[in-house]
Amino acid sequence: MTTTLSPQTPGSGPLDVQQELYGAQLPSWGSKAVVGLALVVGAALYLTGTNLVLAALAVWVVSLGLPVWSVVVEGRRKATDRLVTVLVTSAFALAMFPLVSILYTVISKGTKVLSAEFFTYSMRNVVGEGGGIYQALVGTLLITGAAAVISIPIGIFAAIYLVEYADGNRLSRWIRFLVDVMTGIPSIVAGLFAYALFVVFFGEGVRMGIGGSVALSVLMIPVLVRSTEEMLKLVPNELREASYALGVPKWRTVAKVVLPTALAGIVTGITLAIARVIGETAPLLIIAGATDSVNFNLFDGRMATLPVFAYQSIRSPGIPPEFSIDRAWGAALTLLLIVMLLNLIARLVSYFFSPKGER
Amino acid sequence: MTSTLAPRRKRGTVVRAGDRIFSGLSTSAGILILLVLAGVAAFLTIEGVPGILANPDEVKSGQSFWPYVWPLVYGTLIAATVALIIATPVAVGVALFISHYSPRKLGQILGYLVDLLAAVPSVVYGLWGIQFLAPNMVPVYTWLEDNLGFVPFFAGPASATGRTIMTACIVLAVMILPIMTAICREIFLQTPRLHEEAALALGATRWEMARLAIFPYARSGIVSAAMLGLGRALGETLAVAMVLSVTAGTVTANLISSTNPSTIAANIALSFGEASGKTVNVLIASGLVLFVITFLVNFAARSVVDRRKEFSGAN
Amino acid sequence: MNRKNLRIAAPAAMLALALGLSACGAANESDGGSDAPSGDSVSGTLNGAGATSQEAAIAAWKKEFQTANPDATVNYDPVGSGGGREQFIAGGVAFAGTDSYLEDEEVTAAAEKCGSDIVEVPVYVSPIAVIFKLDGVDELSLSPKTIGQIFEGKITQWDDAAIKADNPDATLPDTDITAVHRSDDSGTTKNFTNYLEAASEGGWTGGTVETWPIKGGEAAEGTSGVVAAVTGGNGTIGYADESQAGELGKAKVKVGEDYIEPTPEAAAKTLDTATPVSGRAETDIAVDIDRKTSEAGVYPIVLVSYQVACQTQKDAATADLVKGWMTYIASTEGQAAAASGAGSAPLSGDFATKVQAAIETIAAA
Repeated sequence: MTTTLSPQTPGSGPLDVQQELYGAQLPSWGSKAVVGLALVVGAALYLTGTNLVLAALAVWVVSLGLPVWSVVVEGRRKATDRLVTVLVTSAFALAMFPLVSILYTVISKGTKVLSAEFFTYSMRNVVGEGGGIYQALVGTLLITGAAAVISIPIGIFAAIYLVEYADGNRLSRWIRFLVDVMTGIPSIVAGLFAYALFVVFFGEGVRMGIGGSVALSVLMIPVLVRSTEEMLKLVPNELREASYALGVPKWRTVAKVVLPTALAGIVTGITLAIARVIGETAPLLIIAGATDSVNFNLFDGRMATLPVFAYQSIRSPGIPPEFSIDRAWGAALTLLLIVMLLNLIARLVSYFFSPKGER
Repeated sequence: MTSTLAPRRKRGTVVRAGDRIFSGLSTSAGILILLVLAGVAAFLTIEGVPGILANPDEVKSGQSFWPYVWPLVYGTLIAATVALIIATPVAVGVALFISHYSPRKLGQILGYLVDLLAAVPSVVYGLWGIQFLAPNMVPVYTWLEDNLGFVPFFAGPASATGRTIMTACIVLAVMILPIMTAICREIFLQTPRLHEEAALALGATRWEMARLAIFPYARSGIVSAAMLGLGRALGETLAVAMVLSVTAGTVTANLISSTNPSTIAANIALSFGEASGKTVNVLIASGLVLFVITFLVNFAARSVVDRRKEFSGAN
Repeated sequence: MNRKNLRIAAPAAMLALALGLSACGAANESDGGSDAPSGDSVSGTLNGAGATSQEAAIAAWKKEFQTANPDATVNYDPVGSGGGREQFIAGGVAFAGTDSYLEDEEVTAAAEKCGSDIVEVPVYVSPIAVIFKLDGVDELSLSPKTIGQIFEGKITQWDDAAIKADNPDATLPDTDITAVHRSDDSGTTKNFTNYLEAASEGGWTGGTVETWPIKGGEAAEGTSGVVAAVTGGNGTIGYADESQAGELGKAKVKVGEDYIEPTPEAAAKTLDTATPVSGRAETDIAVDIDRKTSEAGVYPIVLVSYQVACQTQKDAATADLVKGWMTYIASTEGQAAAASGAGSAPLSGDFATKVQAAIETIAAA
């Protein structure tokens, strides 16, 4: 995408014309050379025993030589552009560093325990080696699934209301504002809220999976509303106007024109929202409880979930601790796999059902 | 916002049942959200007020509510602010890199990788913070103390284990990166291609194109992303609780020592297990305070950032 | 409409997948319920909540108990002692695990809810080791006063005269001491500070608390956090369950004139020298540990964790279940299972008999 847009592709005209059109330029190997130099310096520092963080800092400082060089040769505008390129790329490298290191940790420690037994056994009557996460897997899928079923319609319709129907009225301003506030509810408070709510109906000591779903919904809805709203706002008004001009009623315009156009973004929002809550521990510990056995009924009794399972396994590993800690990493990896699968489904959905346009 | 364009009743158009149902559904979804939030607020207030009014000798901390909660508020604000300061530029940079700088295919794969990280449970971030990040930050803190010790933030003494509030902020920043990046990326990708090409055609460099065509268009989205990130940073419990070495009642600007203020959410996680009676009410009241803080922060953000509607598609 | 349906398809597919899974239970779980309970085994679901310290032990107990009684399921929510007591008093759970015995007003409230006395028995005794990591030093002996002063921040270097006095033969470096404590409220901290307050002769002034009272020092979450922090540094010292200390050095603690190692056997003896709390019902075996004991071979830094249940249960089946569970736990086999699964100290013979007698009184209304 960027290659066709790149402004700096030199033309093939006579050299003097090129000079005139583009001004002096760094040699084409310039950026690669500076970045290479930076990496070499960083690697040398790291290998000679400098701290990892300081070595990374050195790489960054050397990379800044590129815009400095550019300001001398190419002038300020180009130099600014190069500076931003260095900054954006280094922001990316900076972010990738922890992300990759976390992913690597989870994968390398988690794959050890993955086996057929790990996915089909529960922890009932297992101490020490062996056992599996079947009960937690079932619980996580059911609870998160139910949370999604509750939140997705509410979230999407609320976003539709905000963008298409509210007309910027006072109610919509309040909803928008309060949705933002909702994003700041600590997860444990959502759990306490769900517990307090369910105690009213079912009495003290209530533990059920659906309570966990309610707590997760409280956390999920604001993410959904916020992301969906942003995506709907980005749908060009021309599309709506064209639809109205053809005499299509408003609700069909929303359902057939606006939503499909924003589909890719909305689906990303949904997967993000699910990913956001699927790893929650504290609220589920309070309302869904913990058990070693499989429970398929959302409306009765405790349900194990993967994050709670991982948390417990790390906190109280028993002796020897290795087996339990390995299982915790396995559970974390399983969570990643679930989200990966979900992402894949989401991408397929948006691929097949988005209108075929320029994107 | 679309009212001027939508077919209107006045002009004699038939009001369709579908329209009524659809707008009814949307409105009730919006109102339902208000009700849920009202429920949470009511719950927090009912359970929290006894905690605010509790006598010092009724609760475990032996302090009345406000002196007890003030260092926590301070810690929460410091942690969330620093995390947001670190994460926002990085998230915008990463999103821009994925959407406009990297080759398209690579960008998709990278975006996918980032999305995955949103699902890593807090406990894993916590472990990563303790086992990997904290030891690697120790020399940095020592260096900061030696060379920048005159700045109050780095006054030291530097922690020997690296489990400082700065480390907690970095962990928080890493935790909120995925969600912020994902939203920014989607929005950058939605920038009308014509705007971008027009900017380039006028001779803008890539950065000028981003500044003139992408950012104005994406501004409200970036603020949304930041707010979501802030929400998560304010409310994160387990990871902070695991990484941070806290000392009750600390208020200090020092970011690199082992004496740190706790955050409200982490304090709830650390104290809730062994709490009973009025102490539980105090903890819930601190949750109410966090709720109010989020309220105020959002309020401030809204009034500072003028949402520039002219760039929104749905104006 | 098809597009809208498909948008809901992803989670729906997940649900379908989950329901598909539901066709089969876990590979290691038999289909309980269809067979009639055989012989004298008990059945039903028993729910408990409380101290996290007991979690590993309960996992071990559950395994044996559920194997012996295939139709019984025991659930335990590790919500913390306070949460467990609160839920028990509110009637939410059948039994609670707690690191400190119920306060008098809690006993009254619980008895009111039960309609009878409560059965409160210590079932899990775990030695708390003073763990340290100091390059070049593998063995360390400490007096209670020195420990108190170290954790209060009054002794800041390993070559302090007080530490040298306890370890005349060791070469101690001048490394700074980093004292690591729990940042979460915990029964471990309460028992540790209780020991320091009683035995340190003024070396410790923080009192008996669940929340660490001293400003300064390093804080870490949970036993695993403290162990990780002590392992990760040099010159570090902390306190944690003996069974989780791993490769770390464990200080010998001065009792009377001897230095005692933290072993389960030495810890179990503390219950024999403990004094019962006065004014309690006969079935309430709450004890105060004698931290200042000078008796030979007793290791006084222990965590004693209780289980609490109503003496009168609502029906015979529940009574059998609760009684069966607690009887098993207090039995020799139960205590041995916890010892091998969680590193706890088994109750001594005499004390176990007393505990069993209290559990025997559980019956239906």
